[in-house]
Amino acid sequence: MVLFEARRLGRKEPNGVNWLLQDIDLEIDGGDRIAVVGPTGSGKTLLLRALARLDPVSSGEILWRDQTVFGDDVPRFRRQAIYLHQSPTLIDGTIDENLRLPFSFRAHCDEFSPKLMSTLLEQLDRTDSFLKRPVRNLSGGEAQIVALLRAIQLQPTLLFLDEPTAALDDDSTRRIEQLVAIWFDERPDQRAWVWVSHDKQQVSRVASKIVEMNAGRLSIATEQQRRGSP
Amino acid sequence: MTLSLFDVGLAASLIFVNGAISIALGLRLGRSLLLASVRTILQLLLIGVVLDSVFSLNKWYAVVGLLVVMTVIAGISAVGRMERRYRGAYIDSVIAISCSSWIVAAYAIFVIMRDVQPWYEPQYAIPLTGMILGNSLNGISLGMNRLSEQLSTNRSQLEAMMTLGATRWEAARDSVRQAVHTGITPIINAMMVVGIVSMPGMMTGQLLAGAPPLQAVLYQIVIMFLIAAATILGTVAVVLLSYRRLFNADHQFLDVLFTKRSL
Repeated sequence: MVLFEARRLGRKEPNGVNWLLQDIDLEIDGGDRIAVVGPTGSGKTLLLRALARLDPVSSGEILWRDQTVFGDDVPRFRRQAIYLHQSPTLIDGTIDENLRLPFSFRAHCDEFSPKLMSTLLEQLDRTDSFLKRPVRNLSGGEAQIVALLRAIQLQPTLLFLDEPTAALDDDSTRRIEQLVAIWFDERPDQRAWVWVSHDKQQVSRVASKIVEMNAGRLSIATEQQRRGSP
Repeated sequence: MTLSLFDVGLAASLIFVNGAISIALGLRLGRSLLLASVRTILQLLLIGVVLDSVFSLNKWYAVVGLLVVMTVIAGISAVGRMERRYRGAYIDSVIAISCSSWIVAAYAIFVIMRDVQPWYEPQYAIPLTGMILGNSLNGISLGMNRLSEQLSTNRSQLEAMMTLGATRWEAARDSVRQAVHTGITPIINAMMVVGIVSMPGMMTGQLLAGAPPLQAVLYQIVIMFLIAAATILGTVAVVLLSYRRLFNADHQFLDVLFTKRSL
């Protein structure tokens, strides 16, 4: 099943001359685990932001389940295809308040589920008291875990992960990968991710398919074996 | 009494005394004080000459023409004080100040002052609209400045909300609310203390011109309401216009519209 398709996506610089992204074609099926590699400044973040419809594009289109995504479909699309920043942005308050934040948006008809959250926390060896902590005292790794929890509790179909572990220590990196795997393995043939990483070992761990960005263009590097159940 | 140029000279001598103090103490206020004084003289003389000819011409198009010029200047100077400008700010500001001030001024001229004939009587139309513009300008300037500050400093928060499915309105609502508050707080404060702490300029002017105090007060009350209405209307309008410009229909925050301050 084709979940997501980008067709000849392009983005120009504000001056309108140079292309920041050009002729991006990308198809994502359920079960795809795509890693994006490429040198610094090649446009990996811009690519992910364009795919998540966070930035305006100059040309091309994005299809979500065969429908173009524009106007008021965009918030609903973003709710299913969530982009995660490299540096997590949390709102002031407790972890609990952060996790409840998305449910105040119109795009969500469901409610915060303390049960689901307890299950997730259990797998991270944490108790519910973790939720009471104010976010300003969190370490970078913990903050990223909260941002990821906030996203995956919404049961998204697709995750755009923009170097989520680039600034984190090994332990936090392992937990992030573990959490993403928990989310993915719930529906391994329907969910997918696009993961930007600089770390070769991480790429080999998280990718079934590797694409490479170079000067704003995307090319398919390799296709790895499909991931089995862990 | 009527004032002569000699009387103006007497007033100017006060500034010279201040200038001398500044030089003596090395405050370096001399230049800006001189510039401000010269500008006061030139600008007011200029508007005096313009008003004189508009008053004696006494035609609707002369009055409306002058009001249009005043409106555009007010719209442009509202943006002049902005810290973080965006492309299109001038248009938004001029639209907001025109709509708010002209609606309120028209109400004042055609409804409240309906006995004044003809409606464009410069003695009423020009100072009324001028006061409305001047105050509306403050609200608009503060409101749009606050909104652009708020949005650009909270950019990552806005985006984090939008990545989780927030609409542009859900992401920007708090900033919009704060910007409107900032814009209208001064006029609310002014209404709170008027007559107690501050003697409004128009009332003072009417008293100096010999009007009965009660009439002067009634005028001032009317003016306060006109000013408040125009300021609130203008602030809300400019904040919403800025919001519409800085977020597109695809719920994307257009950070690229911000330009560096060109001063």
